[in-house]
Amino acid sequence: MWFLCVFFHRLLDYRRPEVESLAELFGAFGPAEDGGRDHPLSLEWSLPENHHIDSPFHFVDLPSEEVARNIARRSLLVKGIYELWGEGATHNDLEKAIRCFPEERKSPYLKPESSFRIIVDSFGKVMSFQEQNDRILGLGYIPFKGRVDLSNPDHKFWLMEIDDYGENNGLPPVVVKRIFFGREVGAADRKLLPTYQLKSRKYIGPTSMDAEIAFLMANQGLAQPGKLIYDPFVGTGSILIAAAHFGAMTMGADIDIRIVRDGRGPDCNVWSNFEQYGLRMPLSLMRSDNNLPPWRSGLKEVFDAIICDPPYGVRAGGRKSGGRKLLKGVVDPYTIPEEKRLDHIPSTASYSLVECVNDLLELAARMLVVGGRLVFFFPVLRDDVAADPKFPEHPCFALIAACEQILSLRYSRYLLTMAKTGTYTEEISELARKKHLEFRENHLKWMEEGNLHSGVFAPAGSGTTISGKAKLDREGNKPKYRGKFV
Amino acid sequence: MRLLTHNMLACNIKGVTNGYPLRLEAEKWVEKEVDFNADFLRGVFPKIDWPALVGAARALGFHDLLPVDAPDPSVLASDDELLRRFHRALLQLHVEEGGLVCPETSRRFPINKGIPNMLLHEDEV
Repeated sequence: MWFLCVFFHRLLDYRRPEVESLAELFGAFGPAEDGGRDHPLSLEWSLPENHHIDSPFHFVDLPSEEVARNIARRSLLVKGIYELWGEGATHNDLEKAIRCFPEERKSPYLKPESSFRIIVDSFGKVMSFQEQNDRILGLGYIPFKGRVDLSNPDHKFWLMEIDDYGENNGLPPVVVKRIFFGREVGAADRKLLPTYQLKSRKYIGPTSMDAEIAFLMANQGLAQPGKLIYDPFVGTGSILIAAAHFGAMTMGADIDIRIVRDGRGPDCNVWSNFEQYGLRMPLSLMRSDNNLPPWRSGLKEVFDAIICDPPYGVRAGGRKSGGRKLLKGVVDPYTIPEEKRLDHIPSTASYSLVECVNDLLELAARMLVVGGRLVFFFPVLRDDVAADPKFPEHPCFALIAACEQILSLRYSRYLLTMAKTGTYTEEISELARKKHLEFRENHLKWMEEGNLHSGVFAPAGSGTTISGKAKLDREGNKPKYRGKFV
Repeated sequence: MRLLTHNMLACNIKGVTNGYPLRLEAEKWVEKEVDFNADFLRGVFPKIDWPALVGAARALGFHDLLPVDAPDPSVLASDDELLRRFHRALLQLHVEEGGLVCPETSRRFPINKGIPNMLLHEDEV
């Protein structure tokens, strides 16, 4: 069953993957055999004729109206999903199309006892109230028999136009005008964004995850009641808050005890953030080191998803155990006098991104259930690999989606969504180690300690890190269409 | 710290081979509500070390909350009362203050404000 799926014009790369994840969550692909799937499933999509891929108007094939409604309601980036009654380049074409749309699919929504509302919307241009009114009156050929109700109608109908709005306004190019008319099946509830926005949250840190992105991450991780979700870099808990909003049980760990235990006082800490929104508290918060996780041997496959934002060393660097011992480089370990052990604060060593990501994949390979998801951000220097970024791989995982968010001219971050496709064994562990070494050798010098930071903050004009394109921008020749910058 | 977490954690000091289960010393604990989800409980049951869970519940003074021997999964599927006890022990009992003691080295990992501190000292890694 084909639907018109209209997106908000933001986070362009994230839009289709979000719908596909929610489609899986709401059972669009049927029950999974033995809990896991060999291949990531994707939906069938198409675009209106001549439309740019970044257009907000997409067509998607979904199994039922109920699935479509559930997806739209839970989504952050879907403005609405509609049953398309007609489309055309002109209002005459539209009228013909609507007249041809099967009577039996129209009449249930046009009955006298129902109420309705028509909303006129446009993309890339502004329509005056008078124009909107004229458009509605122009739909007189549709035999609406119900009562108009603007505040709480039974059925909402949308007339949406996209027009040739000229160039250089940052929107995807339009070749020909297109008009769509359809019945709303479901629409996103973005009201949760002002509720959860960081500026009104009691306890935040410098790298607290933006609420919208945190919800997208929770959607990619298929958060729902009865699922257990773990964040090994929990910080102020911003990712787990999104997962808990969708009913999942949460667990988090962090190496910094000040953040995870103390916060800024008894009413301003990670627990209080959950309390602020009336969410269920995390099952567990603990202080531990992702490099040396304290899980008992034999424990595996307990988490349904691991969702996190690893420290990349740009705004905050990673730390791991074992600082002083390594610093000194001596064979004898640094020993702590017995009487000082109780209050001792262990020193930590810096934790390079390449090591951190490897640990994360190993953790996920062991601790996720088969079919479970690993969702995390992975930074990329845009000059290095802009054309073809290489992502870390693991034999237990299939990459489902890689969504880019451009952070500056120098670097961007990709939200990677991986699904665990097979159980973790000793052989796989060995294979993974080899893959990691090869990856480390070939691609990722910048993931070594401090290199990403220097890439991002290198002074302008210092050579290698600044691309020709970036230089062009500085001279004022901005590209006409900004694409993923929105 | 819930008993689910206790069930998952071990002492990972370098060279320790027998760091599980950690002995739970609870000075203060509270009960926090968690939504009951039978599917989750049945799914997580095979991954739980039952004797460790029974031991931890006892450390909080619950001597009869759980049967000493691990029930058969089929019993769990039909016995709603047992499932609710399992839910309470595993997810709702929350240790605020106390410690986790390694059975091999007696190293104590403190629990403050509900947060177990599992980070190792420099000479333990």
